[in-house]
Amino acid sequence: MLANVDSAAFAVFLVLFILVTGMGFVAARWRKPETLAHLDEWGLGGRKFGTLITWFLVGGDFYTAYTVIAVPALVYAVGAYGFFALPYTIIVYPFVFAVMPVLWKVAKNRGYVTAGDVVRGAYGSRGLELAVAATGVLATMPYIALQLIGMEVAIKALGLSGEVPLVLAFLVLALYTYSSGLRAPALIAFVKDIMIYIVVIAAIAIVPSKLGGYGAIFTAADAAFAAKGSGGILLSPAQIVPYASLALGSALAAFMYPHTLTGVFASSGGNTIRKNAMLLPAYTLLLGLLALLGYMGHAAGLKLASNNDVVPELFKTLFPSWFAGFAFAAIAIGALVPAAVMSIGAANLFTRNFWKVWVDPKVTPAGEAKVAKITSMLVKVGALLAILLMPTQFALDLQLLGGLWILQTLPALVFGLYLTWFSSTALLAGWAVGLAGGSWLAWSDGLKPLHGMDFGAGKVAIYTGLLALVLNIVVAVVVNLVLKGLPQARLSREAA
Amino acid sequence: MIRLLLLLPFIGLMIVPFYNIREPYLFGFPFFYWYQLAWVPLTSLLTYIVYRSVRRAG
Repeated sequence: MLANVDSAAFAVFLVLFILVTGMGFVAARWRKPETLAHLDEWGLGGRKFGTLITWFLVGGDFYTAYTVIAVPALVYAVGAYGFFALPYTIIVYPFVFAVMPVLWKVAKNRGYVTAGDVVRGAYGSRGLELAVAATGVLATMPYIALQLIGMEVAIKALGLSGEVPLVLAFLVLALYTYSSGLRAPALIAFVKDIMIYIVVIAAIAIVPSKLGGYGAIFTAADAAFAAKGSGGILLSPAQIVPYASLALGSALAAFMYPHTLTGVFASSGGNTIRKNAMLLPAYTLLLGLLALLGYMGHAAGLKLASNNDVVPELFKTLFPSWFAGFAFAAIAIGALVPAAVMSIGAANLFTRNFWKVWVDPKVTPAGEAKVAKITSMLVKVGALLAILLMPTQFALDLQLLGGLWILQTLPALVFGLYLTWFSSTALLAGWAVGLAGGSWLAWSDGLKPLHGMDFGAGKVAIYTGLLALVLNIVVAVVVNLVLKGLPQARLSREAA
Repeated sequence: MIRLLLLLPFIGLMIVPFYNIREPYLFGFPFFYWYQLAWVPLTSLLTYIVYRSVRRAG
């Protein structure tokens, strides 16, 4: 297991990992509440996180370890197209600024913890609540698995082999999330994000000087794509609509996920969220520069077994081993924060919108916290088993579908904040058709995120999730119009 | 009305054919890259302008 390990890198990695583990357990006493046996405390950290903590927490769980590995890998493989993550993580913030403070206010005033709570409050519909909650849990599971893939890449880069290190790291994560709740990833996010900033700034400052500057890096990437005969440092005409629609669809989906919503609900107020919409783009700048590591891989002439190795290999080739160890620790720790918040978000949904509604309506706040703690554990074990037992591609495919699914909860969650026109039946119908139709399209396209559409002027490929959202909204509008035409439906709605 | 400023990043980044070009270069970056990167601080600035008016309004 330890045959190919560089001792300096491993020592740095181990020290940082132990430090963070300690912080995870100590976090239970950080900003100490009267009791952790309440979902507001365990699952939302008391709803008191100010601008700085929210910035680290949301930044830490939105820009995940997998992002650090996968975005440069995609850019390395296909070029400009992989950059859609940049417009995506820019336009998401005006949306967050406009919508999330409204959502926070509703949640705070009524004591809501999850998207499911908000939907039930707005429409009084158990069905719609369950639909939103189940979609959230299902979409989050593969996302957690993805974090494990990121961690796996970092552990492998360190020279460790076998699955024992991954299992150990995850066990530690599960235990401190269980005991400290959202406080653990919030505290660890400080360390994780500062480490990631150091790593990326070092990379973008030092690597270009070793490779002859940014001009030379773009030239090298251009030549590599030309030699390969695919990809390029600009988009091909056929990639333009996919690029824009993936950016837009991903931006709309991003804050429908339980983990990002948990970050929003846990903040101390609307202005905290607004200030974060202003400040979080700092991470986007980092992501954009990080994506360029893919091109640096070409400029450095790396020979890779897998595209995902581009970041680790770049660090191993161009930096001293202790700093490579630091970078791998940053990535592995970077996986812990989102994995923890995701499992907490999923656990909150399960507890509030399934357990409390269908199993034990009289559950006490302490009971809720207990159920959520156990669920967070199970969710993580499930993700771990999925990674250990199933092919990696399975998690990637599910993650793709997960993005499409979570986007279908947008009308139910967001429309009710502004309009009272839609009925729950119409939104439920839209959700069902969007979810089923979108999944079917993605499935029939071989689990690719793009669907070819013919508008008469040749085929254009569009992000399937966005198509499904359009279908979803159209169905909701039509069903609503039909229902409004039926007087008895109106009566029963007024009675509800 | 000032809230409409928040739509500018959408417009600026959805007009992909406009910026899918190499020139002019900046610090070795083709236009495609520095144009999109420039929208990051610009979006923060626009958000700040809107934030100031919203905060004052209550």
